[in-house]
Amino acid sequence: MVANDHVDFDLREGEIHGLLGENGAGKTTLMKILYGLYQPDEGYILLRGKRFTSNSPKEAIRNGIGFVQQHFSLVPSFDAVENVMIGLKSAGLFSQNVEEVRSKIAELSEKYGLKVDSQTKIWQLSVGEQQRVEIIKALCMGTRALILDEPTSVLTPQETVKLFETLRLMVKQGFSIVFITHKLEEVMSVADRITVLRAGKVVFTCNKDETNKAELARMMVGREVIFRPEREELGKGKVILEVKDLHALNDKGLEALRGVSLYVRQGEILGIAGVAGNGQSELAEVITGLRKASGGKVFLKGQDITGCSPRERIDLGLAHIPEDRVNIGLVTSMSVLENLILKNYRSSDFNRGLFIDRQAVEHFCDRLISSFNIMTPARDTPVKLLSGGNQQRLLLAREISASPEVLVAVHPTSGLDVGATEYIQRMLLEQRRRGVAILLISEDLDEIMALSDRIAVMYQGKIVGTVEAKAAQREEVGLMMAGGK
Amino acid sequence: MQRLRLRLVERPSPSLYLKLLISASSVLLALLLGAVFLVTSGVNPLMAYGKLFLGAFGSRFGLIETVVKATPLMLAGLGVALAFRCSFFNIGAEGQLYMGAFAATWAAYAFSELDAAFLLPFMLLLGFLGGGFWGMIPGVLKVKLRVNEIITTLMMNYIAILWVTHMLVGPWMYEGFPWSPIITEAARLPNLAGSRLHVGIFFALIAAVLIYLMLMKTRLGYEIRVVGANIKAARYAGISIFKTIIPAVIISGGLAGIAGMVQVSAIHYRIMPGLSPGYGYTAVVVALLGKLHPIGVIASSIFFGGLLVGADMMQRAVGIPVALVNIIESLVLLLIVAGEFLIRYRVSFERGG
Amino acid sequence: MKEVDEAVQEILTEIFSTALVASALRLGTPLILATVGEIYAQRSGVLNLGVEGMMIVGALVGFIGVNITGNPWMGILLAALCGGAMSLIHAFLSITTRSDQVISGFALSIFGIGVTSYIGKKWIGMAAEAGFYPIYIRGLSDLPIVGPILFSQNVLVYLAFFIVAVSSWILFKTRIGLIIRAVGENPEAADILGVNVYLTRYLCVFFGGIMAGIAGAYLSLAYTRQWVELMTAGRGWIAIALVIFGMWNPVWSFAGSLFFGVIDSFQLRLQAVGIGIPYNLLMMMPYVLTILALSSISTTALAKKIGAPTALLTPYVRGEKT
Repeated sequence: MVANDHVDFDLREGEIHGLLGENGAGKTTLMKILYGLYQPDEGYILLRGKRFTSNSPKEAIRNGIGFVQQHFSLVPSFDAVENVMIGLKSAGLFSQNVEEVRSKIAELSEKYGLKVDSQTKIWQLSVGEQQRVEIIKALCMGTRALILDEPTSVLTPQETVKLFETLRLMVKQGFSIVFITHKLEEVMSVADRITVLRAGKVVFTCNKDETNKAELARMMVGREVIFRPEREELGKGKVILEVKDLHALNDKGLEALRGVSLYVRQGEILGIAGVAGNGQSELAEVITGLRKASGGKVFLKGQDITGCSPRERIDLGLAHIPEDRVNIGLVTSMSVLENLILKNYRSSDFNRGLFIDRQAVEHFCDRLISSFNIMTPARDTPVKLLSGGNQQRLLLAREISASPEVLVAVHPTSGLDVGATEYIQRMLLEQRRRGVAILLISEDLDEIMALSDRIAVMYQGKIVGTVEAKAAQREEVGLMMAGGK
Repeated sequence: MQRLRLRLVERPSPSLYLKLLISASSVLLALLLGAVFLVTSGVNPLMAYGKLFLGAFGSRFGLIETVVKATPLMLAGLGVALAFRCSFFNIGAEGQLYMGAFAATWAAYAFSELDAAFLLPFMLLLGFLGGGFWGMIPGVLKVKLRVNEIITTLMMNYIAILWVTHMLVGPWMYEGFPWSPIITEAARLPNLAGSRLHVGIFFALIAAVLIYLMLMKTRLGYEIRVVGANIKAARYAGISIFKTIIPAVIISGGLAGIAGMVQVSAIHYRIMPGLSPGYGYTAVVVALLGKLHPIGVIASSIFFGGLLVGADMMQRAVGIPVALVNIIESLVLLLIVAGEFLIRYRVSFERGG
Repeated sequence: MKEVDEAVQEILTEIFSTALVASALRLGTPLILATVGEIYAQRSGVLNLGVEGMMIVGALVGFIGVNITGNPWMGILLAALCGGAMSLIHAFLSITTRSDQVISGFALSIFGIGVTSYIGKKWIGMAAEAGFYPIYIRGLSDLPIVGPILFSQNVLVYLAFFIVAVSSWILFKTRIGLIIRAVGENPEAADILGVNVYLTRYLCVFFGGIMAGIAGAYLSLAYTRQWVELMTAGRGWIAIALVIFGMWNPVWSFAGSLFFGVIDSFQLRLQAVGIGIPYNLLMMMPYVLTILALSSISTTALAKKIGAPTALLTPYVRGEKT
C-alpha cells in the first residue's frame, strides 16, 4: 500500500503547521518517516538546508525533533520523571539524578502552563495529564520541532483551548509545531499554515488567512458535501436497558464505575460522552458481561442480568460493537465465514447433532456478504486481509443479523475514512428506526451530538449529567466532560 | 556509505506449498547440522545416515519397528496438537503417558479375571482417564488461577514419573526389580502379522480422524479454534473458556494416556521405568512439525518413529549415542520456528544510504 | 513411649539444624543464579524457556573445562560462554526473527539435554579434578550458628549474594534498569526516546544465558563435583517458576530460591534419616511445591497489580502497535 505518494512538506521556524486529512490519508505515516520510525522508499528530508537521513528516532532526537503520538508512548508503571529519564543520555547509565529531572519538569511545566504531577504513576493520571507529560518529555529531550498527532482527540473542549494556548506560547519562543488533525475548526483556530493530505498526496498548502473551512473540507474529502446524518423524530418507546447504581473495578483493581445509573428506550440512541478513561470502556464491558460488576444492577427487558454470562446476554438480544474490533470483535486469522457465525454458531439452524452444518452456514454467510456489501474475495478469506471498513461492516453485519433489541456500540467509527463512517452511522440510525435501543459510546463529541437522542456525560466513573441532544450546547457538554457542572 | 538493508514484507496468505517446502527443508537442514556431531565423533555422516535410513525403512523389521515407535508418538502428538490449537502449551505428554500407563496397568491387575473383550476397553478407558486427569489439573489451574501451564505441565511430568517409580520400588515391585508383574493374556492387545506390530496403530489412526472431524466440523472444535486464535474474542462471543479448554486438555492428556496404555498392553506387558524414552517430549516436536494438523502429525510421527529406530541401529553399528535423536529433534524445532519467519515475511535486501 | 519421643526429638533436631540452613543455601544457589539471569530476560520482554538446557550444558562444559584445564574458574568461564552462546540463538529467534519464544526456548532445552548426553557419556562417573569447596574464614567460620551457615560456603554462594544485591540495585535504582524495564513494559516508548530496544533485549537474554551456564557449572563443580546425566533435574524450569513467584524482583526470587533450597535439603535429610516416607515421594516435593507456589501467587491480589512485564512474549516491530 502506498501511504505517501511523492509528498512535499515544509515546516518553518516559529510556526504551527496544521496537517489536515481524513483517517487513512497518510498524515501519521508522513510524520513517522520524518521521525525515523519508517523508512521512505524514495525522496529525502532537508533539515536547515542540509540533507538529513533519519534512520531511527535517535537521529531525529539529536536534531531536535519530538513526536507525541496519538497513542501515547509512555511506560504506564513509571512516573513522569522515570519516563523522561529513559531517554536522558546526559544522566549516564548508572545514576538516577531524580531530583534534577524533577525540578526540570517543574520548570518546564511552569513556563508553558503544562501542569503535571511528576510523582504519580502514569496509569493513574488522566489522559490530558498524560499528554502534558508527553510534551514535557519531548521538551526535556531538547526538542525544537514538535509533532503532535491528533492531540485533541482525547481532550475536552476546554482542555483543547488550554493546549492551544501552550502551543502559541511555544511558537513565540521559536519552536516549530506540526499539528495533525482531521478537524477543520482546530486547524483554523490554531495553525499558521495548513497542508491537506488526501489518499497519500498533498492536495493543498496555504496560509490560514487565504482559505476557509468550506474549501478545506472540499480538499480533504474530495467532494462537496459532507454527510449530515438525518434523524427523524420517533415516539418514545419503553425502557429496554436499564443500569442502576453500577460499580466496577478496572484492570488495576481501582474503582472505574462509581454508581452509574442510566436507561435506554426502544428506538433511542443514548450517547455517552466523556474523555477517554473515565469509565466508558468498563461500562460497556459490564453491560455486555465481559467485566464483573462489584455493585449495582443491569436490567435487560426488565430482567436482572447482572449475574448472567455473555452468552445469556447475547441470547437475550444484546449486541455489541466493541472498542477494539480487531482484537476483540473479530478473530482476524479465521475466515469471513467463521467470523460471521462467531455469535450464533450454536443456533439450531446451523447444527446437525454434534456437527456444524456447513451448507446452512455458507448460505447464511453469502446472504450477509451481499446484503451488507462486504468486499471480500471469498467467504474463506481470512479477515485480516480485509480493509478496516470492511472488517467493521462484517462485524456490524454479524451483530445486526441477530436482530438485537439492544446494541452497545463503542467507538464504532474510530479509524474509519469518511465513506465507511457514513455507512456505519447510517446503519446505526436505521437500527434506531427499527426500534433497537442503542448505547453509543464515543470520544468524538460531534458524532455523539449528531446521532444521539440524549447525551449522558461520564466523568470519573459517574454520569455527571444527561441532556436532550436537541437542546445540548457543545460548551455545556464540554464543561461536564471536565467534571464541572 | 552504501549498506544493505533488510526489508521485510508480510505475506498476506502464505501458500501451502511454501509451508511444506519450509517444513521439509527444516528437517533436511536439521539432519545436515546433526551431521556435524557425527563428524566430531569421527563417523562418516553419510554412512551413519545410511545405516539410520536403512535401519528404519530398509527392511520389514525396520518398517514394523518404525510403526511401533510411531504409534505412541502419533497418539501423544495428536494430543499435544489439540492442546496447542487452543493455545494451551501442554508440554506434559510424558507425565500424562505415564499416568495413563499407570491407570491401565492398575486396571489390568484389579480386574485380571475379566475377559479380554471387557478388560481391554476398560484399560483403554482408564488409560485415557489417567492421562486426561493429569492433563486436566494444569488446565483447571490455568483457567481458574491463571497459572502458567508450561511450568505446571512440566512439573507434572516429574511428579508422574516419580509416582510410577515409587510404585515400582514399592507396592508393585516384582522379583526385586523395579518393574511391575507381567499382565495377564487378557490384558494384552493383539499383535498383527505375528510381529511386534499391534492394533495400537489403528487406535492412533482412528484418533487422527476423530480429532480432525472434531476440530473442523463440530461446535467444540470451532470453539477450540476460536479460543486458540483469540481468547478475548472468544469471551466476547460468549464462548465459555472453561468449557472449551478443559475438554480439550482432557482429550489431549487422554490421548497421551492411551499411548501409555498401548505401551503397557502391547509392548512391555508391564509398567517399568523406561516405558517411554521421552515419547512425550518428542510428541511436542511431532505436533509442531506436523503444523498441529492431524495429517501432519501422522507424517511427522512416522518420521520420528523411524528416526528412533534408525538411531538404535546406528548406535549398534557405529556406536553413535541415541541422544543424537534429541539433538535432531531440537534442531528441527529451532528450524521450524525460524522457518515461520520466512513463511510470514518475504525477506529481501536492498541498498540503503 | 519415652524412647520414641526421644527418637523423634533426635530426628527433628537432626533435620532442623544449622546444617540444614547451610545446605539450603548451597542447594538454593544454582536456583538463585539462574533465576536472576531469567529476571533480566523477562524484564526486557523475552521469555527464555531454554534455561534448563543452558544449565545442563553449563554443567557438562564446566566439568569438562575443569578436567582439561584443572582450573575451576576456567570451568565457570566456559560454562558461562556456552550458556551465553545458546541464549544468543534464542535471542536471534525471538528478537530478530520474531519467532515463538515458547517453542524456541523449549527446543533449546531439548537441545541441551540431547547434546550433553551425546557428548557426556565418557565423563560419567569421573570426579572433578578441581572444584569449589567451602572456604574457611579464620574467626568467622567458627562462630556458632552463623559460622557454618554464612561463613563456610563456597565462593559461588557469595557470588550469588553479590549478584542479587547488584541486580536489585541495577534494575530499580539506575537508568539501565529503567531502560530494561521500559523495554519490557512498552518498547515503543523506549524506542521513541532513542533507546535501542533490540540491543537491550539481546544483552538481557545473553546475561540470562551466562547466568544459566554458571548455575549449571555450580552443580557439577560445587555441588556434586561430578557429571551426572540429567543432573539439573528440572531446576531450570523451577528457576522460571521462581521468577514468577518472586514477581520479577531479584530479592523476592532470592527468598523463593532459599525456600526451595530448604525444602530440597529437608527432603534429602529426611531420606538420610529414613523416616519412613518413601524416597520417591519426598523427591516430588520441589515439583509439587512449584505448582503450589505458582497457584498461590496468582490468587493473591498482589499478583493482579504486579503482573508480568506487559510486553513479555511480544516481539517488537517498529511502527506496529500491539
